[in-house]
Amino acid sequence: MARAVTPRRKAVNTAISWAIGLLIFFPIIWVFVLSFKAEGDAIKAPLEVLSSPWTLESYSIVQERSDYFKHFWNSVILSVGSTFLGLLVAVPAAWAMAFVPGKRTKDVLMWMLSTKMLPAVGVLYPIYLLFIQLGLLDSRLGLVVVLMLINLPIIIWMLYTYFREIPGEILEAARMDGATLRSEILYILTPMAVPGIASTLLLNIILAWNEAFWTLNLTAANAAPLTAFIASYSSPEGLFYAKLSAASVMAIAPILIMGWFSQKQLVRGLTFGAVK
Amino acid sequence: MKLKSLLLGATVLAGAAFGVNAETLTIATVNNGDMIRMQGLTDDFTTKTGHTVEWVTLEENVLRQRVTTDISTKGGAFDIMTIGMYETPIWGKNGWLVPLNDLSAEYNVDDILPAMRGGLSVDGTLYAAPFYGESSMIMYRTDLMEKAGLQMPEAPTWEFIRKAAAAMTDRDNEINGICLRGKAGWGEGGAFITAMSNSFGARWFDEEWNAQFDTKPWADTLNFFVGMMNESGPAGFATNGFNENLSLFQQGKCGMWIDATVAASFVTNPNDSTVADKVGFALAPDNGLGKRSNWLWAWALAIPAGSQKIDAAKQFIEWATSNGYIELVASKEGWANVPPGARISLYENPNYKDVPFAKMTLDSILSADPNNPTVDPVPYVGVQFAAIPEFAGIATEVSQEFSAVYAGQQTVEEALAKAQALTNDAMEAAGYK
Repeated sequence: MARAVTPRRKAVNTAISWAIGLLIFFPIIWVFVLSFKAEGDAIKAPLEVLSSPWTLESYSIVQERSDYFKHFWNSVILSVGSTFLGLLVAVPAAWAMAFVPGKRTKDVLMWMLSTKMLPAVGVLYPIYLLFIQLGLLDSRLGLVVVLMLINLPIIIWMLYTYFREIPGEILEAARMDGATLRSEILYILTPMAVPGIASTLLLNIILAWNEAFWTLNLTAANAAPLTAFIASYSSPEGLFYAKLSAASVMAIAPILIMGWFSQKQLVRGLTFGAVK
Repeated sequence: MKLKSLLLGATVLAGAAFGVNAETLTIATVNNGDMIRMQGLTDDFTTKTGHTVEWVTLEENVLRQRVTTDISTKGGAFDIMTIGMYETPIWGKNGWLVPLNDLSAEYNVDDILPAMRGGLSVDGTLYAAPFYGESSMIMYRTDLMEKAGLQMPEAPTWEFIRKAAAAMTDRDNEINGICLRGKAGWGEGGAFITAMSNSFGARWFDEEWNAQFDTKPWADTLNFFVGMMNESGPAGFATNGFNENLSLFQQGKCGMWIDATVAASFVTNPNDSTVADKVGFALAPDNGLGKRSNWLWAWALAIPAGSQKIDAAKQFIEWATSNGYIELVASKEGWANVPPGARISLYENPNYKDVPFAKMTLDSILSADPNNPTVDPVPYVGVQFAAIPEFAGIATEVSQEFSAVYAGQQTVEEALAKAQALTNDAMEAAGYK
């Protein structure tokens, strides 16, 4: 029998949830506030910051100094491109592991996950040298491949988990009706796993959008995305907090808006199969 | 704006018509006021030469990692790199940089301050041209010093600074007598404590590359620093670097601040600083041993050996580090904003003599000697660093041990013992011993 929730208890739970939510979101709110302050006001005590005049000065300077749209466009290509390329590889791989598991499938899955624990800097030089040899340095193509590879274990794991929730009998029935492997994956499995694929897609776009190590180390002027745009406003010798905040808001705004509109999809996908 | 674009276009077209190869240079640089100003003035270079420029601006530590990867693999991602006095001698020696020994007579290489030229050369060959140079000095609040009944000498001792810091401290009004770097990192707290240790007679290595943290001068340095900061420094100074102290000083919460000379233009700027009209300057302190506690640094422009556009890159370097560029900045933004510390003639210029911190900056730069940085002889070059490839890694670890002392997590003796052991281990592994 469900336990009755008193209005008082509900109000307390709501207040606690809001407080935790605000606490987690506070750094982003503060960055947003600082982005509308003059550089001299941004370093003041919090209450003084709030009472100081609001201005669009930092946005104007950032816009004048940097080519925001070039970086934005690079971010879009890198995150969307690497995610779609990853899905192309991961869907058949996850299908094989979920429906035709071998003796070593679990070991392979664990090995893939373990590659995420490898410090990226450990393979920086080999990859950098490969990029020089292949002429991929500072190219979007090279970065799409690298971002796809570093997120591939997560994509495969997520899809594998979703595919495992789909009864194998349905695929078996399709096969008995004469479906080829391609038709089985394209017309039976994929439509059934749409919520899972959608949340995998969204999560990996966010991960690729925020990736900073490879995007900073393998780019120069042409393929640099918004992570490089933000890095250009950070300085250990000079207080540029307002400009850095404005650049940060401009960099995270697109992905924040996308996350806001797709939050139901994301949550549904991430909790898919969690409660039976 | 339209006229400017037309002129620019006409120049590029004219250049093409006369057979000049217009190149696009990719330049990696740091994010600070002088470098950003240079980016804004690049049109002048394009107008004069036809070459265009693409900037890659990164935070200092990210830039260092990025350009090190590129130059050591001959990646060729950049045509010009902004590097410092630490990297230049090491990379020059490795053959990773293009020598700048054929700059034009008009450029007048002899006008570069000798300390800067020496620190950016290997065996007399210049490998990077200084864009601006800096040392460190004392910036202090004249009103608080007066209130404390003291007068700052032009060249004070550490004992005077400790006494003045205690006298200026007013905890009730959130005023700390002195603000200094305690943050871990070889370029943050590590740079400060190394420069300070020079004035206490300490050194990183003896002439056989043995670590010297087990000597009395190092114990004296750390004990003095910790004692003074606990008496008169801000709470949590173990995590304060340049920016944190700049913020405190600009808000009127520091009586004194010893740091980079480049900070003088920030603390005297009335738009950002609440104490802009109450700042005085003095040389970094000493202990009467013949060495002051100021450092020497330059941000310089160098051409990596992998660049395919060496001629155009040299043209850019000549433009950006010339007297003509200094005059261009002065005409647009005033003499207080020109890049300091690189050229002798700047300090002979009557217009620049009116800038309040100009003389003290020059005196500080001239009092630092990277070839003889310590009281006792050392096998390395560099004031706040030793110009060997292993130093950055070792000094970062050592400064982490020191920061743990500032945070009260271990004693001075424990930190020095650990520093001694880890430095000797690293030097042995690197084949110095």
